[in-house]
Amino acid sequence: MAMAQVAVEMPEVEPEETFKMLGRGVNVHYGDKQALFDVSLAIRANQVTSLIGPSGCGKSTFIRCLNRMNDVIEICRVAGDITLDGRDIYSPKIDAVELRARVGMVFQKANPFPKSIFDNVAYGPRIHGLASNKTDLEAIVVQSLSQAGLFEEVKDRLHAPGTSLSGGQQQRLCIARAIAVTPEVILMDEPCSALDPIATARIEELIDELRKDYTIVIVTHSMQQAARVSQYTAFFHLGVLVEEGETEFMFTTPRDQRTQDYITGRFG
Amino acid sequence: MNDHIVRSYDQELTELSDKVSQMGGLAEEQLGRALDALQRLDMDLAEAIVVADAKVDMLERNIEELAVLTIAKRQPMAQDLREIMVSIRIASDLERIGDLAKNIAKRTTALKEDRPLRIISGLGRMGRQALQQLKDVLDAYAEGDAEKATGVWRGDEAVDAMFNSLFRELLTYMMEDPRTIGPCTHLLFAAKNIERIGDHATNIAENIYYLVHGEQLDEDRPKSDVTSETAIDYTVANNS
Repeated sequence: MAMAQVAVEMPEVEPEETFKMLGRGVNVHYGDKQALFDVSLAIRANQVTSLIGPSGCGKSTFIRCLNRMNDVIEICRVAGDITLDGRDIYSPKIDAVELRARVGMVFQKANPFPKSIFDNVAYGPRIHGLASNKTDLEAIVVQSLSQAGLFEEVKDRLHAPGTSLSGGQQQRLCIARAIAVTPEVILMDEPCSALDPIATARIEELIDELRKDYTIVIVTHSMQQAARVSQYTAFFHLGVLVEEGETEFMFTTPRDQRTQDYITGRFG
Repeated sequence: MNDHIVRSYDQELTELSDKVSQMGGLAEEQLGRALDALQRLDMDLAEAIVVADAKVDMLERNIEELAVLTIAKRQPMAQDLREIMVSIRIASDLERIGDLAKNIAKRTTALKEDRPLRIISGLGRMGRQALQQLKDVLDAYAEGDAEKATGVWRGDEAVDAMFNSLFRELLTYMMEDPRTIGPCTHLLFAAKNIERIGDHATNIAENIYYLVHGEQLDEDRPKSDVTSETAIDYTVANNS
């Protein structure tokens, strides 16, 4: 990956230390097809950044670049510069598995392992060697489940299969699993799209809580959700980052006509 | 710009702005007729104005209900949200204008006995100025023209200036001849009502600016109604 500095326009006043992650001139190809065009976007520490845009706009592609999930797709080529705390995450010195422990991910569809609730959460700490004994491991599991707002509901059945939980609970289990390896950044790819409004509200409440300890990036199709949970919003269209900025302004007075058209339901 | 994917959303927004325009037309008509009634001391017309005010009030309620329903149904964003918020605010200003016009009309009865026609003509001039302001600001709304709205906003100073001079004039009459205190007080209230109508037109202008630009007009409001700080100096009247 080229380390060359790409000139980008960033808000001058902000010091780069506030950026947990920074993408500069990111281009992504799937085979011959280009999915992202020269995207530069800052992810601010302890803030929720939401990525919005119509299907196929590249928002999921971008979020998957942030923890190198695209590595597993053979035809996918990522070019440009993506840093985590100022270090290039595509550098050969970086271990992708370790990176994914620091940059965790929660998917659209809750995907608990076919294991017990306890083991779902304990899996990560075990393979990363985060707990030296059983007591430590239990403490991590309880703390992660509590932070994910699930502990009270499952404390009496920690050894029941993860798949026996409701959809919303499964999603919170996946969040607990992501938290268990003490990541710094949590990526969420449409985490509520399969959930009912109550389960959605719980997750949104949780996102707000988690922001204190983690940096969060969320892809969502619900504009209202982006407006509710995030402090920063980036709008993608046809592989291009059209506009990004404080959520408050993105949803009240966007600068770009395409953003305005999309958020007011005028696209097409 | 009406081209939502959901067409019924367009219809709702159009209906809302149509209703605001209709209400504006009605408020304008009420004010015009109130000034007429006062000028000609026409009791029947005054009575008709009082009755017609209910229509203005009803339109305000309709607009509010439609706006609330649209917000609940569509969760509007950006420009759409501003359009809806602004329609509620403009409707409330128009409702106040309707009330003030009704109040002017009511004073016709009290002035019937004294017929202070000379002073009334000064009031007529001020009224026509405020009416023009209202007309212009409603045009600006219909055309989504922020520049025109800003023009109205600046023009409020002229109405205020007329009110100041009328205020002094009425004071002088009252000091010269206490028998004029009754009719002059009514005229003073009518003038104050017209001055307030000018202020509501200014509010509407600010809302149009916000609707178009998404930010508040941040200059200081032109303000030259100084009557609240004007001391009444008896010595002047006694010496003259």
